[in-house]
Amino acid sequence: MSSNASGSPASAPARRRLPRRRARGSSLDPHETRRALLLVAPAVAVLALVIGYPVVRAVWMSFQADQHLDANGTFVQGGFAGLDNYKHWLLQRCGDVACPPGSTGSSFWEVVGITLFFTVVTVSIELVLGFWFAVIMNGKFRGRGLVRAAVLIPWAIPTAVTAKLWYFIFSYDGIANHLFGAHVVWFGDKWAARSAIIVSDVWKTTPFMALLILAGLQLISDDVYEAAKVDGASAWQRFWSITVPLVKPAVVVALLFRTLDVLRMYDLPAIMTGGGAGDGNDTTTLSILVINEIRNGFNSAAALSTLTFLLVFGVAFLFIKFLGASATGAEPKAKR
Amino acid sequence: MMTSSRWRTVRTYLGVAVIVVWGLAPFYWMLVTAFRDLQFTFDATPWPTHVTMDNFRTVFDTSRNHFGRSLLNSVLIGVVTTAIGLVVGIFTAYAMARLRFPAKNAILAVILAASMFPGVALVTPLFQLFRNIGWYGSYQAMIIPDISFVLPLTIYTLTAFFREMPWELEEAARIDGATKRQAFTKIMLPLAAPGVVTTAILAFIAAWNEFLIASQLSNDSTQPVTVAIASFTGSKPHVEPYTAVMAAGTVVTIPLILMVLAFQRRIVDGLTAGGVKG
Repeated sequence: MSSNASGSPASAPARRRLPRRRARGSSLDPHETRRALLLVAPAVAVLALVIGYPVVRAVWMSFQADQHLDANGTFVQGGFAGLDNYKHWLLQRCGDVACPPGSTGSSFWEVVGITLFFTVVTVSIELVLGFWFAVIMNGKFRGRGLVRAAVLIPWAIPTAVTAKLWYFIFSYDGIANHLFGAHVVWFGDKWAARSAIIVSDVWKTTPFMALLILAGLQLISDDVYEAAKVDGASAWQRFWSITVPLVKPAVVVALLFRTLDVLRMYDLPAIMTGGGAGDGNDTTTLSILVINEIRNGFNSAAALSTLTFLLVFGVAFLFIKFLGASATGAEPKAKR
Repeated sequence: MMTSSRWRTVRTYLGVAVIVVWGLAPFYWMLVTAFRDLQFTFDATPWPTHVTMDNFRTVFDTSRNHFGRSLLNSVLIGVVTTAIGLVVGIFTAYAMARLRFPAKNAILAVILAASMFPGVALVTPLFQLFRNIGWYGSYQAMIIPDISFVLPLTIYTLTAFFREMPWELEEAARIDGATKRQAFTKIMLPLAAPGVVTTAILAFIAAWNEFLIASQLSNDSTQPVTVAIASFTGSKPHVEPYTAVMAAGTVVTIPLILMVLAFQRRIVDGLTAGGVKG
């Protein structure tokens, strides 16, 4: 009993809340609601400030004109621009003419293509490798702690360091060329540079994918496999009819997070190639394009960043709608 | 039977070897290079040769780089961001895991959406705003945007941890006469400590990693190590200072590796608990 039991312990049970798992549809306790909203308010306020404000401001900016030349050839400052900034990107129009080759305006769709290419290739490779890693780590072997620590190292190294590390590995006299007896100028060629970026990203983030899939695998009880074995299912059948469907929710969440990460990828290509590969925009992602565009004007950059976040949310929406990603955390948690 | 199970063991250990090499080999190469003399940058011997501490001296040579300063900046930005994320996150996660209230799923969805938000969409408006109000290059110019991804992460991870806590103990404390606040701070918070520590590590690593916003909104004296490394210049002009960059990378990475080794189990739990991004 606590020291201040002289209070009103006797009345406590009467005021005690009902057990949490009440029947659905029962009315909410107004006190609890008020307390909850008070507790949640700071986070909502902070998020409104650090995300809500910039988003609203970016959208507002995207409809304003940057400093430009008017019909008389004099510089004009801003003003309402309607959809001009969006036309600039989506139709690649600079004023009344097509944007000149090499300008940021002419590269929009190319950059969207590159970003999607990175996303599809990186996430596919990661899924296969990550699944394989997860299956191995789910097996029984000595030194599991060591392996989990080893796999966390690429994840823990800051991306800027990863970029520099792989830039060194892929340098002309670097260890990659040495190991394979190759003489590839990795950052002088479009596809070589893209491959180098993909390898670096896959190295860094496969562990994350593997750990999420591993968490899913660990939820599957051995009994299910035993039962299937008794019923005569082959290893392959057990994999396709038990492992894959049961681990699917974990895989979809991992895919969702990784896909969104690659769609907004900046650090790796920005540090390794600066977005080019010798010349052009061969490794420019949408995020890099936004940053490059800031030099030309805040408002056109804001329109581009708005398009970027529409793309990211569009993809997230598709995931949640069609793959049933339930990343809201509302489901019961994995028991560890 | 014997051979099939032995084959499976062999296969498992081969796979384990692949995973360990995958995780360690590039990191090992960074270490080896960090201690190698600049002249022998491209020596391909797989063990340390031409060992020197010169690279580390170059890294901390204040006449060329602000690396030491950047290291402190990263610690400051990481600690403050983590602290804000934790304090605000604990309140929210408690409510999410423990209380019933309307709009709960809507709020959860907003927080999830926030975690998917592309950082680049923050840069343009904040760049302009911070220049207008004189915050460009300040610490808050990096800490405030960092909160946008650290806070969703702390809320998700903590909510997952809080869901699994023995909340009956809180009820028991209440019956014994503790106030709600006391029951939470005296009983539940200590029990939640492991989850809070894990979340703090994840948040700190995320903030320590940040590059995009810092690269745009910091100046020479406030830039964190990630930006410093990306723009690192060596001791000789026109020579890519790989060895010094690897030394800098080693310095930046070692604290994280130590954390990973010490809290490996917790970090895995934290990553998978919230299904949070890394």
